[in-house]
Amino acid sequence: MTADPAAALPGSSSARQCGTLALGAAVLAASIAAAVRLGTVDVSWTDLARVVGPRLGLDVEPLPPLADSLVWDLRLPRVLMAALVGAALAVCGTVLQAVTRNALADPYLLGVSSGASTGAVAVVVLGIGAGTVGVTGGALVGALLSFGLLVALLHRTGLDSDRIVLTGVVVGQLCAALTSLVLMAAADADTTRALTHWLLGSMAPARWDAVALCAIAVPLGLLAAWLHANALDALAFGTDTAASLGVDVRRTRMILLVVTAVLTSAAVATVGAIGFVGLIVPHGVRFVVGARHRILLPHAALAGAVFLVWTDALARVAFAPRELPVGVLTALLGVPLFLLVLRRRGDL
Amino acid sequence: MKIEAEELSWAVGGTPVVRGVSMSVGTGETIGLIGPNGSGKSSLLRCLAGLRTPDAGRVRHDGTCIRGRPARRIARRVAFVAQDTALDADLPVAEVVGLGRLPFRDPWRGPDAADRAIVAAALGQVGLTGLAGRPWRSLSGGERQRAHIARAFAQQPDAILLDEPTNHLDIRHQLELMELLSAADRTAVIALHDLNLAARYCTRLLLLHDGRLHADGPPRAVLTPANLAEVFGVGAEFTMDGAGRPVLAYASLPRPDTAAASTAALP
Repeated sequence: MTADPAAALPGSSSARQCGTLALGAAVLAASIAAAVRLGTVDVSWTDLARVVGPRLGLDVEPLPPLADSLVWDLRLPRVLMAALVGAALAVCGTVLQAVTRNALADPYLLGVSSGASTGAVAVVVLGIGAGTVGVTGGALVGALLSFGLLVALLHRTGLDSDRIVLTGVVVGQLCAALTSLVLMAAADADTTRALTHWLLGSMAPARWDAVALCAIAVPLGLLAAWLHANALDALAFGTDTAASLGVDVRRTRMILLVVTAVLTSAAVATVGAIGFVGLIVPHGVRFVVGARHRILLPHAALAGAVFLVWTDALARVAFAPRELPVGVLTALLGVPLFLLVLRRRGDL
Repeated sequence: MKIEAEELSWAVGGTPVVRGVSMSVGTGETIGLIGPNGSGKSSLLRCLAGLRTPDAGRVRHDGTCIRGRPARRIARRVAFVAQDTALDADLPVAEVVGLGRLPFRDPWRGPDAADRAIVAAALGQVGLTGLAGRPWRSLSGGERQRAHIARAFAQQPDAILLDEPTNHLDIRHQLELMELLSAADRTAVIALHDLNLAARYCTRLLLLHDGRLHADGPPRAVLTPANLAEVFGVGAEFTMDGAGRPVLAYASLPRPDTAAASTAALP
């Protein structure tokens, strides 16, 4: 072999990795700015400056109130929400694929999103706590309750990878059944249609309060996951090997489950369960930057953010003035991308 | 490093697997853990490595009980190589071996130059230097096994515990590995199926039978025809090979009752 073996040794390319991270951050910032302009109503760069400028204390003439409200109250939080949710889902998918040692794991594996649906449906259809909590609040409560059930079940059986998957599926199925039951028994056609958008996943309901929640949860969750990056690498080789390398496996798995559950709840509560981002983005990014979680996690967060910002923008403009639920588009775009990755890896 | 077990018992789902084993391994010894399938070798090894908490009894490393000791502290002195960890990891070989340095640095930090030098040396020890950059998934079973052993070496342990490390290895690599393990100053406890390898390279053998320690002593004292007949159900005795080394020769198993077999085959 003529290649220098040292070049392949861990950490020899950290400088390059920092470079790609900086590039990714720049791409994300540019994507956000560009995506704010796209939608049923076009927003020019000047308009954008006239919306943001006055709020930064700059001496710019503001837009008329209606146009200003469209950009500031609807478009901007929506695009930022897409970035945060995309990052959250990609990070959760990356973590869960490592914790469960399952390439098919995605953020919804734990049943948290199904719990969120049950909560949302219970609030909207049955009117439980409506007015005080709303769809988002109901979804958040449902998500956390279902995660509580998951932890209670896992507490008895241990935190084995396969157990996590099976228990997550059980909790998810139970919640899905409850959701269907409530919809069948109590909902009328209008309510069902109103809920469909949420159930399929849509960025439309994103407002500043939801953005604020995610803006706190997502960076903290990413940091918590990143602090366990080495443990995630070791967990790929199973419980015993990881433990023999000094990883407190049970504690690490529990912390990471809580982190992913909180991130997923924060993401789905407002915009619903957007599929595929958390499954394909980790695989695609792993294919490009490798499987070491110190590198993989931040790259996955950026890639997930950029991916969802653009898919949501496409969902707004593709069939304008009608809007597509973004969950439909992520799957439409995600499936071919996923197949491409599998093919390049030689799995297909 | 000295490893001791005192009246060690461990059960899974109510079924006792290790039953009251007391044993002691001295610094620098190479110990073979032998016994038939299900005799408790792997479980005993995991208890000794601190990966399972015994239901009764205690494990001591250099004289102090390890119950409740953080995994990280144990990992700085004891390495463990599990059986069959085949999987689709996307990590390059050098990074898998680099996992052996995890117990020695902050959980979020990457490897430094010293870590990389240790990894390169460990790869060299198992003859995998040329494969450092190869993805894990492209390795053969034997190469993976050697990479795991390199990963354990990268921990620079005082004791190394291995569960069937010669599985998947061709005969040359089996011999190389056993030479490597028996020559080093570090304590080695090796669960083995190949009794000839065990006899040739281990200073002492521990024979397990139904979770109990059946015999403990030098290979010739443990691998007696009586022990082998009782524990493994085979007839065997030592002969000498051309170089004058003892080799176990196994007798054929008694043929199944031909009358019974032919009756069973007929409708």
